[in-house]
Amino acid sequence: MIVNEKLAIDHGLKKDEYKKICDLLKRVPNITELGIFSAMWNEHCSYKSSRFHLKNLPTKGKNVIQGPGENAGVIDIGDNDAIVFKIESHNHPSFIEPYQGAATGVGGIMRDVFTMGARPIANLNSIHFGSPQHKKTKNLLRGVVHGIGGYGNCMGVPTIAGQTSFDESYNGNILVNAMTLGLVKKDKIFYSKAAGLGKPVIYVGSKTGRDGIHGASMASASFDDKIEEKKPTVQVGDPFTEKLLLEACLELMAGDSIIAIQDMGAAGLTSSSIEMASKGNLGIEINLNKVPCREANMTPYEIMLSESQERMLIVLENGKEDLAKKIFDKWNLDFAIIGKTTKSKRIELYFDEKKVANIPVNTLVENSPMYDRKWKKAKLPKKIKIQKEDLKGLKVVNVLNKILSNPNVCSKEWIWQQYDHTVMGDTIQKPGGDAGVVRVHGTKKAVAASVDSSAVYCWAHPLSGGKQIVCESWRNLISVGAKPIAITNCLNFGSPENEENMGEFVECVQGLGEASAYLDFPVVSGNVSFYNQTKDVGIKPTPTIGGVGLIKDYENMVTMDLKEVDNILLVIGKTEGHLDQSLFAREILSEKNGPPPEINLFNEKNNGETILRLIDQKFIKSAHDVSLGGIVTALSKMCIKGKKGATLKKPNYLINEFEYLFGEDQGRYIIEISKDDLKNVTKILKDNSVHFDELGMVNEGDLIINDKTKVSIDDLIKSHTTWLTNYISN
Amino acid sequence: MHSSVITFPGSNCDRDMDVALKKFGFKNKMVWHDDVELPKSDLVVLPGGFSYGDYLRCGSMASKSKIMKSVLNFAQGGGKVMGVCNGFQILVESGLLPGVLLRNKYLEFICKNVFVKVNNQDNSYFKDNKKEVYEFHIAHNEGNYFCSNDQIKDINDNNQIAMFYSDENGNVNEQSNPNGSLQNIAGIFNKQKNVLGMMPHPERMIDPALSGEDGSLFFENLINNLR
Repeated sequence: MIVNEKLAIDHGLKKDEYKKICDLLKRVPNITELGIFSAMWNEHCSYKSSRFHLKNLPTKGKNVIQGPGENAGVIDIGDNDAIVFKIESHNHPSFIEPYQGAATGVGGIMRDVFTMGARPIANLNSIHFGSPQHKKTKNLLRGVVHGIGGYGNCMGVPTIAGQTSFDESYNGNILVNAMTLGLVKKDKIFYSKAAGLGKPVIYVGSKTGRDGIHGASMASASFDDKIEEKKPTVQVGDPFTEKLLLEACLELMAGDSIIAIQDMGAAGLTSSSIEMASKGNLGIEINLNKVPCREANMTPYEIMLSESQERMLIVLENGKEDLAKKIFDKWNLDFAIIGKTTKSKRIELYFDEKKVANIPVNTLVENSPMYDRKWKKAKLPKKIKIQKEDLKGLKVVNVLNKILSNPNVCSKEWIWQQYDHTVMGDTIQKPGGDAGVVRVHGTKKAVAASVDSSAVYCWAHPLSGGKQIVCESWRNLISVGAKPIAITNCLNFGSPENEENMGEFVECVQGLGEASAYLDFPVVSGNVSFYNQTKDVGIKPTPTIGGVGLIKDYENMVTMDLKEVDNILLVIGKTEGHLDQSLFAREILSEKNGPPPEINLFNEKNNGETILRLIDQKFIKSAHDVSLGGIVTALSKMCIKGKKGATLKKPNYLINEFEYLFGEDQGRYIIEISKDDLKNVTKILKDNSVHFDELGMVNEGDLIINDKTKVSIDDLIKSHTTWLTNYISN
Repeated sequence: MHSSVITFPGSNCDRDMDVALKKFGFKNKMVWHDDVELPKSDLVVLPGGFSYGDYLRCGSMASKSKIMKSVLNFAQGGGKVMGVCNGFQILVESGLLPGVLLRNKYLEFICKNVFVKVNNQDNSYFKDNKKEVYEFHIAHNEGNYFCSNDQIKDINDNNQIAMFYSDENGNVNEQSNPNGSLQNIAGIFNKQKNVLGMMPHPERMIDPALSGEDGSLFFENLINNLR
């Protein structure tokens, strides 16, 4: 095949990128080399539009063992234990083929974690669909949920928390973000940096097939009318093989045979071999005839670009080949010595005794394009004046019912019941709470994790939205009694070539960075997904944050269910009645303009840390952060979970009732304390300058909002639980 | 008391079962599917998971594993064999228990707490059990028990049903049937009642911090009965 500019453009490369390749090589690449460049230089693998901005994120901290740049981030949780975690997107494939797309997303992120030597102990996911009325939504939802369950359940890793939202901006581009946490001993972490010359390069796992060729390139482009034709670029998952691969890798890792290990994810053998060589500053030579193939007559181009799943590349110590082979034989997995490390600093590929590629490694990595793309700063929208007449005729009960049954608030039990959330026997907080919590097996410690995003806020004002999601993640961890340690992010945006979308990215990242720096909540891993766009329409900016925190003694964990009648309920943080961009404004008043709520980082930090102090002193019986839908929505969920009611006090505020109940001011929590502790708790809050209000008291079985408004727990449950099951079964 | 837990490729509740058995006093050994002989055991457990990916039919490939010959011999000699979830599926595929486990009625994986009513105490698993209705946890895609008319008649005539899905008061009805199982069957015995297969996972209910503690009652009772 003749390589020319047109063929390069068909591979998703730009004109000047092709010219750069020819200049770097001082010749025209052959077809295999062109394929390799296109795989390494696409947006998904090269981060060419995002690198410039990502470098400003705070990535260091006293608990950070490994920040971004490895397969996953690693944090220290004491006693020689470490948690490896990362979130990753699988958006484009999941829209084309929801089951396999979602399944392989889960498989891919688990592989990133166990590549580092960690046994996966928890999965989470953040999934976003188009409007429920859109013709594709129901099937996509079903397919994605089945796919996530199909893979995670078979692996025997509990899915402990998640987030599901619906918004018409996802009609043509759904989002599937999967996160995994793994547990490893600090002194047994494995990295992808190759070292030493003449070391054997080993291929293990599944055979290589023709599936997923150009998957990463597909994920680096917008969708058009011919999207169905892209189905062959979606990988097919085999969780059984991955389970075997997990056990075999961990068995081999128990010894000292491995120098470096890297999973074959996006861009398969290409990116795994090149990353290992690049990090080790050496070369790799591979004989492609040695690669185990599933199909006959595969070309070097296909072998290098296949994204077949469940494969790993390992650089072994010399002389350990037999020992390693024995382990992989035991687990019935392919094992092949396909090459060796060299001093050439080149990637050299052989096929049928001919050299089929010869590229300096640095041209693929350090010399890959980086763009400081044009972007547009977003203005803070003007505040909306809500007219008194708009609120007239509204009844609190009806509004509450509508909000609790809103697709973005309602119970997602139908979803998480399809995920095994209790396997491994350490899940102590199931999905449906503020954060999922698993014990560190055999210890008193527990790890909490949560995934969050607020596309509406980010869309209204990216800078505030970016801050808000980090704070929301922080609050979710605080609410279960965990000290927040670090985050991973999955940055889902439209096309970076569009100035507005690029602006959304830049400012969300800026907000995210500011909040994470202030809260000492660094970013240790992440992934960027651009081109979530069909034709000219991009999604709402949806950065997703996966937060991880530590509970030193799991008996101190807090849940949100109300515990005891006559206990006192406090709202921590100030209520100002911010309705712009709230669910109330959008769903009840159909008002979609205005700024999102403001973030006060000092209050966030102070409120959160003070709550942790109260939890340490065992004052808090239940807690829940106040987010979408305001105070009364948060309280309703606490009532539903605890099957108890609450009687609200008349508020001390001069604001309107709807502003008080449904306003989405940030930095707030509802906590339940015993009457006897009120004095002590009040003192601690005052000593720490934390604003609080008395919200009311726990009662037997009704939510009593005012003299005229009383809702039974059964009615609350009904509002909260029926929407999704009805939607799915109709 | 000595127990053995078999690990098949794709088993994923083997460790959980090991933890549970040890917690209640068993000296447990993990046995690899490719081994030929069972260690000395008072109880053999086939754990949950997705043996061989459940790719042919759940449990069918595992039932042909090397170790299963020894398990069959052990069971035929009266040895106690318990299969949980995928283990139950392996037991029916191996012919140690009658019937089959079909896909759940609503074609969805179900992970939740359920109540089961113990049907008889005339065996080493439930003799002197402290509760008639246990709260257990299920997590499966294929737990819909089914068998022929002749088989179900036999099963009932021999009192082989170990437990039914029920409500918390022990009422066995359609509302409490999570997966469409015939007669709400959650677990059955062989004729001799030394082999037990059940879908619920008692090993996930052994700590107050987890979904509940009824699994503890089950294991405490089991080891006492085997002593």
